[in-house]
Amino acid sequence: MDRAAAVRRGAAVTEPALPATARPQAQPARRRTVIRDALAVGLATGTYGFSFGALSDAAGLSTAQTAALSALMFTGASQFAFVGAVAAGGAPLAGVLPAVLLGMRNSFYGFGLDRLLRLRGLRRLVGAHLVIDESTAMAVGQRRVEFASLAFWATGASVFVLWNLATLLGALSGDMITDPAAIGLDAVAPAAFVALVAPRIRTRPAWLVATATAVVALCLVPFQPAGVVVLAAAAVVMAVVTLMPRLAGVVTAGHGTSDGVDG
Amino acid sequence: MSMWVAILLAAAGCYALKLLGFLMPAPLLEHPRVTAAAALLPVGVLVSLIVVQTVGGQERIVLDARLVGVAVALVAVLLRAPFLAVIVCAAAATALTRLIF
Repeated sequence: MDRAAAVRRGAAVTEPALPATARPQAQPARRRTVIRDALAVGLATGTYGFSFGALSDAAGLSTAQTAALSALMFTGASQFAFVGAVAAGGAPLAGVLPAVLLGMRNSFYGFGLDRLLRLRGLRRLVGAHLVIDESTAMAVGQRRVEFASLAFWATGASVFVLWNLATLLGALSGDMITDPAAIGLDAVAPAAFVALVAPRIRTRPAWLVATATAVVALCLVPFQPAGVVVLAAAAVVMAVVTLMPRLAGVVTAGHGTSDGVDG
Repeated sequence: MSMWVAILLAAAGCYALKLLGFLMPAPLLEHPRVTAAAALLPVGVLVSLIVVQTVGGQERIVLDARLVGVAVALVAVLLRAPFLAVIVCAAAATALTRLIF
């Protein structure tokens, strides 16, 4: 999985580079490393943005609408969910619910980042827009607070620019596609979701939720529209966490705030 | 027109959620059940989206070439293929299945 792998690689590459004794002259080198990693993560997410642009175009959205999604929503999984719901024949409003549900994790990223970055005023309003998987992972991955801020802004800016650029390229190349199903484009959104969810299913609670929601979704698909199926999945998660806290991995003592940050 | 309304609505919702993280009082988001739900919610939503978009039809189950594409994507992910390779393999497998059958 390119995105998460890039984030992990970025975090892994940057950490050992930090000397145990932080000499003053090591600081500029360290800053360069952070910026280089931010650009690498931006390039990696570019391939993802390109796929999104092409898929969105094939789903029937105009180039302007596709570009608007990347610029204004700016959170990949939600954008794929929105476009996927529309492509599956749903009304445009059917895309709103899955997009917003997937966007909920960003609240938890912002919560962790708030203590790290201490943004106020306009910087907070702009910074909030850049709160995504990549910028959070890169900021939280820094051992020293002064580099966390640089990592957040550099990664956020790099991903924003390259993500939007790649989206535009994808949407424009999508114009050449006449029959989306003939080249298998209707399998692209679920394939993207497989790549997105795989790194998150590493713990027993995650396996439990994945199995339960898959079964519930299979039972509901024949009778219910996509929005209801997605809402049912959210309900399953809430039920598991509330009724089976032990199985859901709810820890009452010594829990961290980085639970939601895993790519 | 309704497409633009949906785009702006979803984008506003996603931005509000991002900003909310900066504004929430600590005790609420630090609650263990809330952090557990936050980690598991993307899993549940993504899995349900995979099911809906792989076998979903107009309120019925449709088994077609998409299933082959998603299975190939799963294999590619397990082999640690990069994102673009996963997507291309899935689309190619789906297209090839349609071409043959």
